[in-house]
Parts: sequence; C-alpha cells; structure tokens
Amino acid sequence: MSAATPWTIATVRDALLTKRTSARELTNEFYARIERRNPELNAFLALCPERAYAQADRVDAAVAKGQTLPPLAGVPVAIKDVISTEGVRTTCGSKILENYTPPYDAAAIERLEKAGAVILGKTNCDEFAMGSSNENSAYGPVRNPVAIDRVPGGSSGGSAAAVAAGLSVVSLGTDTGGSIRQPGAYCGIPALMPTYGRVSRYGLIAFASSLDRIGPFATNIADAATVLSVIAGHDSNDSTSAAVAVPDYLAEIENPVAGLRIGVPEDYFGAGLDSEVKAKVQAGIALLEKLGCKRVPLKMPHTDYAIATYYIVATAEASSNLARYDGVRYGLRVHGNTLMEMYRKTRERGFGPEVKRRIMLGTYALSSGYYDAYYLRAQKVRSLIARDFSDAFEKVDAILTPTSPTPPFKLGEKTADPLEMYLADIYTVTGSLAGIPGISVPCGNTAAGLPVGMQIFASHFAEARILQLARAFEKAGGFVI
Amino acid sequence: MKISREDVLRVAQLAHLDLAPEEVETYRGQLDEILSYVGKLQELDVSNVEPMTQMRPRNAHGESGANVAGARAAAEPELRDDVVVPCDVANAVLAQAPDAAKPFFRVPKVIER
Repeated sequence: MSAATPWTIATVRDALLTKRTSARELTNEFYARIERRNPELNAFLALCPERAYAQADRVDAAVAKGQTLPPLAGVPVAIKDVISTEGVRTTCGSKILENYTPPYDAAAIERLEKAGAVILGKTNCDEFAMGSSNENSAYGPVRNPVAIDRVPGGSSGGSAAAVAAGLSVVSLGTDTGGSIRQPGAYCGIPALMPTYGRVSRYGLIAFASSLDRIGPFATNIADAATVLSVIAGHDSNDSTSAAVAVPDYLAEIENPVAGLRIGVPEDYFGAGLDSEVKAKVQAGIALLEKLGCKRVPLKMPHTDYAIATYYIVATAEASSNLARYDGVRYGLRVHGNTLMEMYRKTRERGFGPEVKRRIMLGTYALSSGYYDAYYLRAQKVRSLIARDFSDAFEKVDAILTPTSPTPPFKLGEKTADPLEMYLADIYTVTGSLAGIPGISVPCGNTAAGLPVGMQIFASHFAEARILQLARAFEKAGGFVI
Repeated sequence: MKISREDVLRVAQLAHLDLAPEEVETYRGQLDEILSYVGKLQELDVSNVEPMTQMRPRNAHGESGANVAGARAAAEPELRDDVVVPCDVANAVLAQAPDAAKPFFRVPKVIER
C-alpha cells in the first residue's frame, strides 16, 4: 500500500463517530489528494464535488443527530466511467460519448449512495472496457501508482489506481474477461469479480452482456466484503440479476479455513507463466496449506481454449451492443448526407482502434456463413470450460491460480500486437466464461518490487467462501509474502 | 492468409464503419492473425455439446448449505408481472440528442438507400 496509513471503511466510520473528522473534511482531504496525484496518474476523468459534498453534508447531519450510520457513511468512492451517474459525464473512455451525461443512476450507484458513500468522480478505463492495460482510453493511459512507468492493468485501470494511490477508499470496476482482477493484481490490491447476476447491471453501459459484472476494489478484504454486501442483490430492472439471498459477507470472512479443499490446476502453471509470479503464487498456496487447507491437484483440460472462446463470444456480443452508437439519440454525431453516411462517419470518428477491431471481429463471427464455425462453436466450447469448473467444484471448495502470467508491463510494451495483449488474459477469462466469482489478492512482489496477484475462484454465489480464504490469507501475511 | 481485403470491407459495411484505406490493411492483418489463432477451436469435438446460451448455473453441486439453495434458486427462471410503470424521461433524453425536434430525433433523409 502506497499511503502510510490508508483509510478503510472501519477507520472512516470510527473517525466520524468519535468526531475526529467530518465527512466534509474527509471529502476535502480526498479531493486534495486527487489534485496532487491525478495529473501524473490520470486515474480520474471527471469529478463531481457538488454531489460529493451534498452527500457528505447529509452524513454529517446524521452524525450530529446521533442517527445510526449506514455501512458506507462518509466513505469516499470512485466509479469506473462505464457506470451511469445521473448528471455526471459518463464517457466509457470513448470519444463517441465525450459529452454524454446520463439521465439516471445505475442501480449500484443508488445502492452505494443509499449506504452513505460519497462518490468523488469517474475513473479512466479502456474504451468501452476493452483492453488489458488502460492504454485504449481515448483520454490517455493511466499510470500504475506502484510503478509509474508501468500500466495499471485494464480495463478498470483508473479504479484500481485510485484505490492503490489512496485517492479513494474503495472503488467500483467492471469485469468482462479480467478487467477487475488483473488491474487489482497489477496495482497490488484486492479486487473482486462477483458471480454473474450477483450485482445488478442496470445502468452499466454494456460491452458483452453474458460476461459483464460490477465489483469492488479495496485495500483490504473486510472493505471488499462490505461493498459487496451493499451492491449485491436482485433488481427488477436487470432481468439477469439473481434472486439469491445476500449473506452478510463481513460476518463470514473470519470463519476458519482449516479443512477447506483448495484446487490447484496444473494447466495454470505451464508455459508462459513468469517464474517469479509462479514462485510467489506457489508460496501463497503453501501458506494456505499451513493454515490447514488441503491441496488438491486438478486438471482443467479446456483452459487452453479459453482465450479463443472468449474473444469470439465477447466480440460478437460487443458488435451487437455497440450498434446503438449511431449518432441518432445521444453522443457524437458526424454529419452525413444520408442516414447511412451519418452512421458510418459517426462510428468511424467516434470509436478508437481497439473498439473497431473488436466490432469487426464480432461482426465477422456472427456473419452469414461464419456463425456456425465461430460463434456457435465458441458457445459450445464455453460449455466445456464451464464443465471443467463444475467438475472441479465436485472435488474442491476453491481454485487457486495466478491472476496474470506476468507482473505489470511497461506502457507501450504490448500495444503493437493485439493478439499478444489478448493472450495475457488467459487465467481470468476462464472464470468469466463460466459465470463464477473470483478475486485477485496481493501475493507479494517480484524482486523489482512489482505486485503479484493470486486468484481465488469458487462456485456460483460462493463469494463468502472466496472472501473467507482471502481474509485468512491476508491475516497470515500472504499479501506481503 | 484467410482474411482478404474484400472480407474486411464487407465486415466494415455490415458494422457501419467507414474505414480509412490504411485501416483496411492494418485490420486485415490483425484479424487474420487473431482468426488463425481462434482456429484452434476446430481441434475439439463438440458434436455432443450444447452451446452455453444462458448464464445461470444448471446444477447445485460443489457448494454446501446456503449456496446450494442459492444456486437452485438461481436456476429457476424469474418472471415478473407485466405491469406498466411510469418512465418520464423523454425530456431528459431528448435534451442529450444531437438533433431533437420534440418529441422526435431528427436524422438525415433515409429514402435514397
């Protein structure tokens, strides 16, 4: 952690209750930090001080009246710029939405504010959440606060960097193929992708609808658990959100882990895995064994097909979802003499190179004559990948892997070769395709001081299990192993 | 080489993208490389595999207690009553439009095509 004594949800609460600070003073403090660090990091694209101070004042009034404070009272949060915020510019990191201001709040935003959170602003990301380095943002890359010449990961790079640099206490990101977990690993903080359907996506601007999820970044497991409790749960505005009861995650995290069976799939430790990352993650697994977990070797034979599957399914869905950006109802419009010409010119000027690449790949995979060979086949292989996981969860309670095959790379290092960038998502896209939850937790640093992340998967709606293992790992010193 | 210039132009037309000449060549090479890699999906026998068309878990194995109940509940389709609810956002939406003539969005002529 870069800040000496990072604020946590618990310390904010304590400081408010003992009147050592007010929510307004705290908001001030975080805006001052953002002013100092953001020019270098480029983590925030927009700030919303009016909204933040109004919320802070509501919290301070509740403190003054001695009212019971909601779970996130006064906690400064940052929001990835693909999540709609009423009256606050929301660009998705794209020129096509440069001047777009949503007329409503996403369900996750409503729930955060109802729980007392103070929303500071919107964070930078790869355009429409498409990328693994944050270099695809139309508003410039984010820098990694832990290693300033390195990428923070992507696509939720701004949300990860904001928390790692102490510019917000927690943040929300979105994960489609690793976009929460990988930047969490690269910035050295816990980052949780909940089960598909666990958190409402009402107001999340869509990339790939069978994959997209909203989840938290935090500096510690208790904070991740608290945020998840607030944002999780069924929402009638999102037909894919699940009517599954939300446990009190915070109450579950201290449960003992002795006796839990942890699966270690050999397919995640083969060629392409950096030797230092491998050594750290193996040390992390050994630590959990020391805490009484039983290590179970696994084979997940379809892992090697996950990238190919993901980049067909995700791009096909993206090509369909992004058809809505046509210059008619919102966002950029470039004049054309006919409607078709207006569509084409608007999309050509408004979308960046990676977004166009994915729209074309997805359009190709869905087009007449290619649908069966690409899209349908990918959906079948996806079933096989999901089956690898359901078979594994017959034998184990959780699966442990590296989050990313390498530590954070340098800005510009991989931008020339899109396929090489895609291949680095190998360990995260599997869980995305299967719909299961996963977390990345810090697992020490390389000799050069670069963060390593360890990933923990569990079965559908078993976030409590993941958080319980992550908390045991944190308490035993795993984050700095 | 699997992807031709003509393929790129066909796809760009389907996707309503007006590519610059240099983009056509760049994307041709990149799509060719990516699709060649994706070709590995042909290695697998999927003749008896159903496509994964829905994301809810189909069985409740692998977890105990509340999670089993949770996964079962999630496997049930959730249908809500079809009730009309107010959605009074027309003015806010039209205020965002590049060219609005209330209560419409105005666009260039469509007759030619």
